[in-house]
Amino acid sequence: MKDFDFKETFLNPIFKGNPITVLVLGICSSLAVTVQLKGACVMGLSVAIVTAFSSLICSSLRNTIPNRIRIIVQLVVVALMVILVDQFLKAYAYEVSKTLSVYIGLIITNCIVMGRIEAYALGNKPFASFMDGLGNGIGYALILIIVAFFRELLGSGTIFGYQVIPDSFYEAGYMNNGLMILPPMALILLGCIIWIQRSIQKDLQEK
Amino acid sequence: MNTNSNTYTVIYSIGLVVVVAAVLAFVAKFLQPMQDENVKKDTISQILTAADVEFTDDNVLEAYGDAIKEAILVDINGAVVDSLDIKTREVYGTADLKKHMIEEDMFPVYVFENVIVIPCYGAGLWGPIWGYVGVDKTDYTTITKACFGHKGETPGLGAKITDEPAVFADKFTGKTVGPFTVAKNVAATEASAVNAISGATITSQSVGKALNKWFGFYENYFAKMRPAVEQENPEQPEQPAEPAQASEQAQASAEQAAAEEITE
Repeated sequence: MKDFDFKETFLNPIFKGNPITVLVLGICSSLAVTVQLKGACVMGLSVAIVTAFSSLICSSLRNTIPNRIRIIVQLVVVALMVILVDQFLKAYAYEVSKTLSVYIGLIITNCIVMGRIEAYALGNKPFASFMDGLGNGIGYALILIIVAFFRELLGSGTIFGYQVIPDSFYEAGYMNNGLMILPPMALILLGCIIWIQRSIQKDLQEK
Repeated sequence: MNTNSNTYTVIYSIGLVVVVAAVLAFVAKFLQPMQDENVKKDTISQILTAADVEFTDDNVLEAYGDAIKEAILVDINGAVVDSLDIKTREVYGTADLKKHMIEEDMFPVYVFENVIVIPCYGAGLWGPIWGYVGVDKTDYTTITKACFGHKGETPGLGAKITDEPAVFADKFTGKTVGPFTVAKNVAATEASAVNAISGATITSQSVGKALNKWFGFYENYFAKMRPAVEQENPEQPEQPAEPAQASEQAQASAEQAAAEEITE
């Protein structure tokens, strides 16, 4: 028996119901860590791991969790996952963990994680919840990577730290856009992405 | 079972916390050696950068072992009080720097062939910042190279003190130790001042403050070492007036820096 619809649970949050562009959750960190692609990738991956596994754990425990303290229980599980990710990054990817610094710890406060647990994991089976968490994490990562791509390209002239805009352009008067590396530009880019998505998906437009 | 009873809730929360704490304690203990090793390698790679020793990510410890002559600890009066074991690559990490900065007793000096490397430590905008400064051994005055680190400065702004040496750290080369400032619109000819990073004023100024403080700690050590240098090189000390010599060098390097800026 098929107990969940793969397309609905996993693919929907990546495109049609993207947590950042449709639910507008997790904006804070997507503004902060999208200056460079490398950081955005690791951050996206970390969030995907945290959402997926916290959803899995919370969903497995859902019938035992006392209703009155369920938010606290969710918080403890999410915090556990975040600290684990942070510790592993410090041990195995020290350079990246230095770049992301405080933002890894701040995944705890990322609305997507708690939102998916509360809205989906507590009412569904573990595997379906895992896929839902993973899908939302990947949807988050996707937007992060798109924003970071433009910010790094236009703000620093590099992609993954490699220079892609030739020196001859700079000599001809081309300049990196300093505003791109500041948070306001991330918000504007995000707005543009939401605009594009809404003009394609007519059903998202408010009447 | 009634999952809403008080007893169940209390027992459940206690159980959950104990399990989570045990998992975290186990993982932290298990990963501790690797994390410590990373931190140590990171510190050493910064010391090597400041000393201008070439290394790759894989041979940081070997490169340090080959290049270091001795690592000593000096007190505020400039007297050598102890030494660090260079065989086990013992270095002072940021926690040690903080402790000794408050106690004002022991400060590490990493002695290389041509330069000595001294650290600095202070508070940035969000968290601690630190740096390693290479000082020329022939005069104990000229900065040969600087390298900075931070815990949580703003990515893309304050983080530039580490990420983009060409914008900031490289500008320290050729400056002189002493009361140091990092501020806006500093002329390239200044001997002990560097231009701040735009958009990261507080981080930049904090670097200046940290350097100022730590140069103060080492002031007596430098003063002690300078006559020794003059005795060792009797053909050179034609200019006994230290400030004159210093400013001359600074001017030369400032001209170089100005030339570099034009090419940029």
